[in-house]
Amino acid sequence: MNYKFDFGPVLDGFPNLMWGCLGTLGLALSGMMLAIMIGIGGVVLRDGRVKPLRWLVMGFVEIVRNTPFLVQIYFIFFALPLAGILFNPTITAIIALGINGGAYAIEIIRGGVQSINKGQVEAGLALGLRKSVIFRTIVLKPALRAIYPSLTSQFVLLTLTTSIASAVSAYELTSVAKRIESDSFRSFEVYGTVTLLYLAMSWLVMLILNSLGSRYFNYPTK
Amino acid sequence: MGRGELLFLLKGLQWTLVLSAVGFVCGTFTGLGVALARTSGFRFLERIAAGYIALFQGTPLLMQLFVVYYGLALYGMKLHAWVAIAIGFTLHASAYLGEIWRGAIEAVPRGQVEAAKALSLGYFWRMKDVVLPQALRISLPATIGFLVQLIKGTSLAAFVGFTELSRAGSMVSNQIFKPLLVFGIVGALYFAICWPLSLYGTRLERQFAAATR
Repeated sequence: MNYKFDFGPVLDGFPNLMWGCLGTLGLALSGMMLAIMIGIGGVVLRDGRVKPLRWLVMGFVEIVRNTPFLVQIYFIFFALPLAGILFNPTITAIIALGINGGAYAIEIIRGGVQSINKGQVEAGLALGLRKSVIFRTIVLKPALRAIYPSLTSQFVLLTLTTSIASAVSAYELTSVAKRIESDSFRSFEVYGTVTLLYLAMSWLVMLILNSLGSRYFNYPTK
Repeated sequence: MGRGELLFLLKGLQWTLVLSAVGFVCGTFTGLGVALARTSGFRFLERIAAGYIALFQGTPLLMQLFVVYYGLALYGMKLHAWVAIAIGFTLHASAYLGEIWRGAIEAVPRGQVEAAKALSLGYFWRMKDVVLPQALRISLPATIGFLVQLIKGTSLAAFVGFTELSRAGSMVSNQIFKPLLVFGIVGALYFAICWPLSLYGTRLERQFAAATR
């Protein structure tokens, strides 16, 4: 192999790469928040009384989980203008990430909710608590605690998925890398470095989510 | 959308299937190696396997494809683009399958291994006849889940210019300016392949849960 590595373009573009990292983390964070909202809302509807809504959520989950993210983000990119939102890569990416992560979150959270003992809810009712209070404190919080590890790994996956948002040129690390690569043709150096940056970011996200979890769910169970 | 465009999409679908199959089959062999190394009992080997898994699970599939694709080119290997991509998917699959099967191997009750040892079965026969058949059963739902993940993942080959289903979709959509229709059809084709697999995986999981209760 007589290829001379040249990390010059990578070093020159390093500030840009750092901004790209921030873009990625921003996308990931917004996507996660949207996903958790869709997840909780979806579980409420999925196990609710209205049958058509239950079917709707079921269909939503199956469709999203069995089609590629790339196709979803293209679809949303071209569908949003119909909803009156002009082509905006970043908003497209956040919505797509939220929808994709939300479908997985619904399944995960639902598993947690089903693990809650019925007696707990009945105890809450017997104490005369309101339904919304019962759902929030007796069902949702312990359920989230039970499934927190799987939710964490799903969210790390979501962070990695943001790289696909470069397909609609949302501002994040991969699209920054593409720009540096097309200016310098140092593909291997650029993508090798960026791979390590992603590794660091996925560890960072895991660390943050774990410490948040141990703070928020820091109470004895029995 | 005319007949020609639809046929073009189906041709893309064919490449998606070929790529998924090659990645999964090759990933199965290498992944088995990773899982066995990860559970070998040799500290050094276990560390390397764990690092390999962490590297692939902590980086985006898209970057893995880029690095393999451009990395192999650096070595002056004149490979067909699709061979390079297939190698990328194989490496990706080997790490994920390795981790799934590590869990399954460790989930086989210890008594089974001890009994095999008491019968003085060597490592090869112990694994082949006692541990792996049971581990396979345990890991089947997760393995099918990953297969679905892999099929969806092949859409990323579009980024390096490989014309599988997703890229065929983009090309057709650019031609006839009906993105929603085209990507709707493309999504439906993926769904038609992935959904039955997902359902099968869930059914196996339920059966297994019922059997071990």
